[in-house]
Amino acid sequence: METETRQEHEGEMPGGKHFFDNPRNVKGLIWIFFALCAVMLSLDFIIHRHPSFAAGEFAAEEWFGFYAIYGFVACVLLVLLATQLRKILMRAEDYYD
Amino acid sequence: MIDSLHPAIFLLLGSLLLPLLPGIWRQGLFVLLPILGFLNLLGLEAGTTWNIAFAGYQLQILRVDKLSLLFGYLFHLAALLAAIYSLHVKEGLPQLTGLMYAGSAVGAVFAGDLITLFIFWELLAVTSVFQIWARRSSTSAASGMRYLLVHVTSGLLLLSGAALHYQETGSLAFNHMELSGWAAWLLLLAIGIKCAFPLVHTWLVDAYPEATPTGTVFLSSFTTKTAVYALARGFEGTEELIWIGGIMTMFPIFYAVIENDLRRVLGYSMINQIGFMVTGIGLGAGMGVNGAVAHAFNDVIFKGLLFMSMGAVLLRTGRMNGSDLGGLYRSMPWTCGFCIVGASSISAFPLFSGFVSKSMVMAEAAGQGYLSIWLMLLFASAGVFHHAGIKIPFFAFFAHDSGIRCKEAPINMLFAMGIGATLCILIGCFPGYLYALLPYPVDYVPYTWSHMAQQWQILFFSALAFALLKLTGLYPPELRSVNIDVDWTYRRLLPGITRTLVRGGSPLFAAFFATTKKMVSLIIATTQRYHGNQGLFGRTWLTRNGALMVAILLTAYLIFFY
Repeated sequence: METETRQEHEGEMPGGKHFFDNPRNVKGLIWIFFALCAVMLSLDFIIHRHPSFAAGEFAAEEWFGFYAIYGFVACVLLVLLATQLRKILMRAEDYYD
Repeated sequence: MIDSLHPAIFLLLGSLLLPLLPGIWRQGLFVLLPILGFLNLLGLEAGTTWNIAFAGYQLQILRVDKLSLLFGYLFHLAALLAAIYSLHVKEGLPQLTGLMYAGSAVGAVFAGDLITLFIFWELLAVTSVFQIWARRSSTSAASGMRYLLVHVTSGLLLLSGAALHYQETGSLAFNHMELSGWAAWLLLLAIGIKCAFPLVHTWLVDAYPEATPTGTVFLSSFTTKTAVYALARGFEGTEELIWIGGIMTMFPIFYAVIENDLRRVLGYSMINQIGFMVTGIGLGAGMGVNGAVAHAFNDVIFKGLLFMSMGAVLLRTGRMNGSDLGGLYRSMPWTCGFCIVGASSISAFPLFSGFVSKSMVMAEAAGQGYLSIWLMLLFASAGVFHHAGIKIPFFAFFAHDSGIRCKEAPINMLFAMGIGATLCILIGCFPGYLYALLPYPVDYVPYTWSHMAQQWQILFFSALAFALLKLTGLYPPELRSVNIDVDWTYRRLLPGITRTLVRGGSPLFAAFFATTKKMVSLIIATTQRYHGNQGLFGRTWLTRNGALMVAILLTAYLIFFY
């Protein structure tokens, strides 16, 4: 199927045509993304976050950058733990055949 | 005005007309039936009930209230989207069973008693399996069989629970119940299996990725959501559910990160989303159940949309593994765009549908002071963005260029995805319409600056984690592999034990099997002797012999009685 469909686009130049094919564009986007992260974090200076819990139940949620840090740490932990899980759980593709 | 018919009639029985119609008429009716069903449903008012007496039992085959109506609308919408999405498929059986499956779900949510519920519950199982078998591969055949066994078991548990419940209370009505006694536990287990509770969840991630591209879209809409409905109806406010739901949000995301088959990733993320609903139902009447039900509504649309986009990729490329895909935004830009809308919705970005429903469950968990549950849900929110929001679109449409150049999805698929994506954004921007349908009055405002800021922060920094892990090479690569789950016990462990016992030469077993075999052969041989081709009872007798025989018998009869 792949070879067939490829021929339809034979005239297409490899690379260069699409926005993401240019590494400079990708790099630019990543920097914009980093800047947006900084903006999001700085929202904590401007916006007073309403606590979700009743007073005194969970003070940490009002710390500066709580949600940002929690999200970041959660995802790093998730990926690192999951990678370790592969050692226990991963089998060859035809394991059940 | 004509009175409405039973809401399941159009989908369940109307679809039987499909095989009788030729080509274009059949496709037309296929799309028309969900619309007709929906119009019929609009004529039913909350508070309506239809009771019939059957074999001495009072059955309530129809109970209309806000909760059942919301699921009724949802299932018709889902059936319509799935029908449009699969219009290019000319095979009759998946169409027929697909709409019957949707009709069974509609029947189940309008069932007022446990027996009616049981009938539709089993119909759900039987009609849905064809979406898996339609793939026509040996893996899908086996997977479909396992799926069917699990769901028939769930039905049997429901029936036993119903019988015990009748014995205990003298009533078959399906209403809220306390979790005490065998009946309630059996019913909870029956519903829990369909809801993909932890340890009984593997049927979902086993079977859904084995179905056809269109089949998975049908499957993802009805079974688990019917179970969520049943849970909300029977067990709202049951504290155990808060914890079960919490676990459901957590463990699948670890699997989702390392899973290669992208539709299986969506299967795991589905369990994660149902976890939010189960927790919401456990938190109880009011905002908990409202959040759960609203999230079920949104999940059918955005999860359906994600499954649709992956189905389109599978249809066009013949591949579904993250390791084989990548760079498809060039060939399938529309599909890619719709997929990103679905991904933003499941990740609960402000202005997308997930944001206005998931947050209700989280707010209620915090409001009731469940700190550890709240932290789990927050972890899972970051995790779901990570694996469903980023991983799915990234590995399919971006990442490295797989070199695959294919056609964009068929127009009917794009149309269905377009409707789904529009709904995701509309519900996200104007949640009031959805809130008006919820079973309890809504006193919740999702769009506050505080709420949006915290959601943006958690999502942006989850994405930052992904970006940094990817750039530093710490992110686990997509590998061709399977990851073992609980189904390992019945796919490897139990067969293995049986084989070892039999083969391993335990003499007792050997003797037992040998004797059994001998006895079976003996029975077969004896049967053959008398009933086989040349056997006494199997031989073709001449008519006159038969007549003679009858004559002798009649004579004997006469002699004996005179």
